[in-house]
Amino acid sequence: MAVATPPQQHARIPFYRDTRIIAIILQVVFTLVVVGGIWFLYTNMIEGLRKANLLPSLSFLSQPTGFAISESVIPYSTESSYGQAFLVGIINTLRIAITGVILATLLGTVVGIFRMSSNWLLRNLATTYVEIVRNIPLLLQLIFWFLLTKEFPRVQDSINLGGLLYLHNRGVTMAWPREGDDFSSWVPWLWVGLAAGIIFYIVRRVQFARRDRPGVAAPQAFLISGGVVLLGLVVVRLTGGQWPLFLEIPQLNRFNFVGGSTITPSFAALLIGLVVYTATYISEIVRSGIQAVSRGQREAARALGLTNGQALRLVIFPQALRIMIPPLTSQYLNLTKNSSLAVVIAYPDLFYVGNTINNQTGQAVPVILMLMLSYLSLSLITSLMMNWYNKKIQLVER
Amino acid sequence: MSGQTDQDGDIIICENVNKWYGEYHALREVTTTVKKGEVVVIFGPSGSGKSTFIRTINRLEEHQEGKIIVDGIEMTNDIRNIDTIRRETGMVFQQFNLFPHLKVIQNVTLAPIWVRKKTRKESEVKALELLERVGIKEQAQKFPGQLSGGQQQRVAIARALAMEPRIMLFDEPTSALDPEMIKEVLDVMKELARSGMTMLCVTHEMAFAREVADRMIFMDRGQIVEEGTPEQIFSAPRHERTKLFLSQIL
Repeated sequence: MAVATPPQQHARIPFYRDTRIIAIILQVVFTLVVVGGIWFLYTNMIEGLRKANLLPSLSFLSQPTGFAISESVIPYSTESSYGQAFLVGIINTLRIAITGVILATLLGTVVGIFRMSSNWLLRNLATTYVEIVRNIPLLLQLIFWFLLTKEFPRVQDSINLGGLLYLHNRGVTMAWPREGDDFSSWVPWLWVGLAAGIIFYIVRRVQFARRDRPGVAAPQAFLISGGVVLLGLVVVRLTGGQWPLFLEIPQLNRFNFVGGSTITPSFAALLIGLVVYTATYISEIVRSGIQAVSRGQREAARALGLTNGQALRLVIFPQALRIMIPPLTSQYLNLTKNSSLAVVIAYPDLFYVGNTINNQTGQAVPVILMLMLSYLSLSLITSLMMNWYNKKIQLVER
Repeated sequence: MSGQTDQDGDIIICENVNKWYGEYHALREVTTTVKKGEVVVIFGPSGSGKSTFIRTINRLEEHQEGKIIVDGIEMTNDIRNIDTIRRETGMVFQQFNLFPHLKVIQNVTLAPIWVRKKTRKESEVKALELLERVGIKEQAQKFPGQLSGGQQQRVAIARALAMEPRIMLFDEPTSALDPEMIKEVLDVMKELARSGMTMLCVTHEMAFAREVADRMIFMDRGQIVEEGTPEQIFSAPRHERTKLFLSQIL
């Protein structure tokens, strides 16, 4: 019988072979390299800027810009400061990002469901749309939409869609609700309607809780609110003789539209481009999310006697949503960041305005940093919200 | 068989049921009748159509020819008939198919609340009774992912029972389980059989069949090859195919 030598246990290992120490050393070295690299770039840049007499400073922010911005929600003129111009850019970016995310989600969901439809025509239309749109660069598509809006006829020869929507080369003009003279006498109705809806909702919820039944109260509450508000409209009309809120139909006078609401060709092209493009990705996310829920789930739900709608709402969709949230977050971030392509079709978003500020002041470093910081903050806020939601609905396993 | 004339006792009647998947003839002229309270075990080689057959009974699979009558209601394309039959039949799947996003208790109460329109409290009381019956009352507040396979399958049985079905369909309920968990599920099924529930079980648990089945159906290539009491099937199978199959699995 051979006597095996017992393995040497707990022997002291030389530090350069100890995995724990190696890990620490590697991290220290990595940190030093990164910090050193940044320091080198920074000193180099400052040196260069000093030679060019362009030391970075933020003092330009309070100076007047002298340039105009084609569209702004907040008051802005050429006398406004660079800081205000920057704010206009942020608001314009938010405006496109928020409308874009909402519309792209709606369109993407519908297209995603169409792609699984048993209707041959719907399914193939949806597939064709997705395969064409997501395989063409977004930049190209934005220019395409912009040129298309430019090809619309002159204002005088606008394409008239039912008298409510006009397409022309200065944008899209549509009918828009406006306050009438008697608007103030209608306001109480709004409050009463709102209160009635809320009270109804609470009462129903309490009733459900007391009778221990599940149920939905929101649709009826909305109906009641809406009913009161509409009733108010009619009452004010009958007593005062004028609608307190009316749909202002755009009227064409000699050179331009009066009334209604007009969005610029740039905004329209950017919105359409971003929505149509992002919706293709969202539709794939929706489709894969629903398909990833196993067939057995639907079968089990149906075998229990749940209707198709109940199975979808109570069983399939809650599970699909969990799969969809992380890639959906990426698409929301992509849409927001892609909105900076607005620069090619002259929509004054954050990047466009920032670029102009940079050209005028020569303060490239602070401006680019401010831009990056702004986009980063927007993205991080979106991410945080989506992650919070994702965590809230995560499955418990083990 | 005498049962076929006794209309009142027959809870499932299948006459000349045929089903094709494209060219593939999955069910051929399946004709059988199940009486109230009867426990029927269906067995046969893989691909013999046994799962397909019990899945046509609650319309998870559509049959193309023939007649299926469940509890006096004919299975047609009428969505109301389909929903009524599904409410009367509980089903237990090989892969459990519990809803992973809902707690055990919510899995059991979901259908009573939304389909039977029962109150939440009422359904929860009933659910806890059922969970106790299948021996896992203490797991009620956990999620399915936190349970073992055997426990999950017992929850699935409780979930089906919560709808107070008149018929229970079992589609290979123990095939996905570790050996030591099979017993706990079979015990629940035996108890259920003794309580008088009408049961159709696709299973290869022959000891279970011998113990509780009133009748066994052997299927091969989409048809019923032979049926009979367990004694008859085990001791004197009439067909060569049945003999061969039994010799392979016993």
